[in-house]
Amino acid sequence: MIRVLLSLLRRDLGLLLAGGRRGGALLPVLFFLSVAMLFPFAVGPDAPVLARTGGGVIWVAALLAAILPLDRLVEPDLELGLFDQWALRGISEEWIMAVRIIAHWLSFGPPLMLAALPAAALVGIDGDKLRIVEVGMLAGTPGLAALGVMVAAITAGLRGGAALGGLLVIPLAIPLLVFGAGSLATGGDTGLALTAAASLVLLAMAPFAAGAAIRAGRG
Amino acid sequence: MQACRLSVQDLACRRGDRLLFARLSFALAPGEALQLAGANGIGKSSLIRIIAGLLPAYAGTVSHEGAMGLVDERPALDPHQPLGKALALWQRIDGPADNLAARLGLAELMDVPVRYLSTGQKKRAALARLIGQRAPIWLLDEPLNGLDVKGVALVESLAADHCRTGGICVIASHQPMALTALRQIAMQDYLA
Repeated sequence: MIRVLLSLLRRDLGLLLAGGRRGGALLPVLFFLSVAMLFPFAVGPDAPVLARTGGGVIWVAALLAAILPLDRLVEPDLELGLFDQWALRGISEEWIMAVRIIAHWLSFGPPLMLAALPAAALVGIDGDKLRIVEVGMLAGTPGLAALGVMVAAITAGLRGGAALGGLLVIPLAIPLLVFGAGSLATGGDTGLALTAAASLVLLAMAPFAAGAAIRAGRG
Repeated sequence: MQACRLSVQDLACRRGDRLLFARLSFALAPGEALQLAGANGIGKSSLIRIIAGLLPAYAGTVSHEGAMGLVDERPALDPHQPLGKALALWQRIDGPADNLAARLGLAELMDVPVRYLSTGQKKRAALARLIGQRAPIWLLDEPLNGLDVKGVALVESLAADHCRTGGICVIASHQPMALTALRQIAMQDYLA
């Protein structure tokens, strides 16, 4: 079973990472950086304002970047009949979705954390705040990945599923965003802990919800 | 080949508001092949999917012993990957397979991305995936679609070999198939 799951993870990563045919990891990173770059233009070159609001902008940009590959996470495999073949081999949808959450996170979480370094420089966040942003993203992006896969599975096969997916992710991501970006304002570990807690709840729930959604879509 | 058995009892299938078929029963022992025949839309594919456990039956039961392998209109191979790599995913899951590429006429195509393959070539690739799975029960949904004369003969000989080694074949097809000991179920006899 572990061998099977590892080969599935390898395939998912091959498709989602750079060079893969489902967009690559570069696209969300570039999107993220361009949002961070646009922000000083829109707000103006007032350094204190930028530094105060910059962390929140990085979080919103991360959320939007995580939504980008949503329509390519589940739907293509459903159309190809891969889920039916996996079901015939006794590989449960829950495992497949858990693997996909890991692959999705690896394809956007660590790259965004790296891209947050230049983004922080663009909006003028200092070292201490940058540390909170990075730890917060480490705690929060797995939850965003779980949320993305869950919503992608629920909307797979629906007409206009892509737009609907984005619309569904945003309200569900509010706890992550509130605690993640909020930890910057309070400067405390409480916010980070709550971000991690929200993330864990999503991670625990998402494979089951996504698996159930795939099964309900059959028939 | 591991022991296998497949039996279907009083099966009924409903799609939307329509009852497609009802009171359908059959039992297959190792080495037997069954063709589901009938016009388009009569419920052949639905029956295959119910047997595979991918669709709930409206009434009745399916019981089976042994793993099931399915070939339908979707090849379940990544369209952007070369055929060799796309098949390798299934080999990693199902275990290493004998090299059947030459017999299936795929030897030259291993470097070609799946999306450039023709319908018939994709069907042959799906058959390679099915054989590699080594499941004793084969469910073939319109396996002859898109195949040329040689391809049809190939499917017939593959199914015959599978039955000879103690496997079970269920073939949904509106085309006649030359298979010894092929039982037939005419789906119009079970219209609800």
